[in-house]
Amino acid sequence: MELVTAKAIVLAGCAIGAGLSLIAGIGPGIGEGYAVGKACEAIGRQPECKGSVTSTMIMGCAIAETTGIYGFVTGLLLMFLAPNIFLSKL
Amino acid sequence: MDSISINGARIYFEIPIFGGIPVTETQVNSLLVILAIFILCKVLTHNLNVRPTTKRQIIAEWVVEKVTGLVTENMGVRFKAFVPFIAALLSLSALSSLTALLGMYPPTADLNTVMGWALLVFVMITYYKIKTGGILGYLKSFTEPIVVFTPFNILGEVATPVSMAFRHFGNVVSGTVISALVYAALAGLSTVLLGWLPGILGVIPWLQVGLPAVLSIYFDLFSGCIQAFIFAMLTMLYIASAAGEDEA
Repeated sequence: MELVTAKAIVLAGCAIGAGLSLIAGIGPGIGEGYAVGKACEAIGRQPECKGSVTSTMIMGCAIAETTGIYGFVTGLLLMFLAPNIFLSKL
Repeated sequence: MDSISINGARIYFEIPIFGGIPVTETQVNSLLVILAIFILCKVLTHNLNVRPTTKRQIIAEWVVEKVTGLVTENMGVRFKAFVPFIAALLSLSALSSLTALLGMYPPTADLNTVMGWALLVFVMITYYKIKTGGILGYLKSFTEPIVVFTPFNILGEVATPVSMAFRHFGNVVSGTVISALVYAALAGLSTVLLGWLPGILGVIPWLQVGLPAVLSIYFDLFSGCIQAFIFAMLTMLYIASAAGEDEA
């Protein structure tokens, strides 16, 4: 294949892949929203437990965020690392 | 818009042994953070009295009390020796992330830094597992509940430090990336909207004033401190669960 076309395909593939990998952000968004909503309900029912509920919620949110962060790291790799690796093989 | 640049740590120079060891921004900045923590400790614990008379001593006692409470609450009293380690991890991680407020490259935005901490924690977890179950018990724990699960158990074991490192790294880097994108967008927007102003007034990106500070408060202050807390919390939980039930 002509080199310019091959380069264009590589760059386009990396960009599309990076965009697709950021779809992973949907999951943590829904999950964290649900968790925070439930925490608000809990605080509304028992306002005296506010401190422990809040700290547990933040902890859980940070752990739920992990999959989204994986997607983000994959996107970063595809944007900054993968094009150089694939272009050097052409 | 080709002015957006998102870079890793700059390499300052290379030490010409073993084929060149690069000295990067990460190493310099983390050494600065360590120096800052050292000076902070020296200042806070200077001239201690039995009855606190200075504000410094009250702050120092408050910090020690808080961390001791955190460790005893999550790990139990028998792990009281972990208080200095957890406090060091907390202060290192928090101050490293907070260096972004000074416009420096935060050491935690480099995967190597957090991976180093996560590997340290992983070694401690493994040490406590072997200490409680013995080397045979440790190896046998991989075949639980049946032998077929061995690859998954090994994968799960490796995933612990990887997920800890990526969580911290990803949170800090995502803040950096989003800040860079917002800065570039605001620069472009102010050129479009206010570029008609005469002379130097049209060159200054007016929209960059103030607005990014809100993002900085969330990503640098809040996220940095929360991630330090999460990292310390996970360390405590993993080590406490590796050590198993209290034998006393």
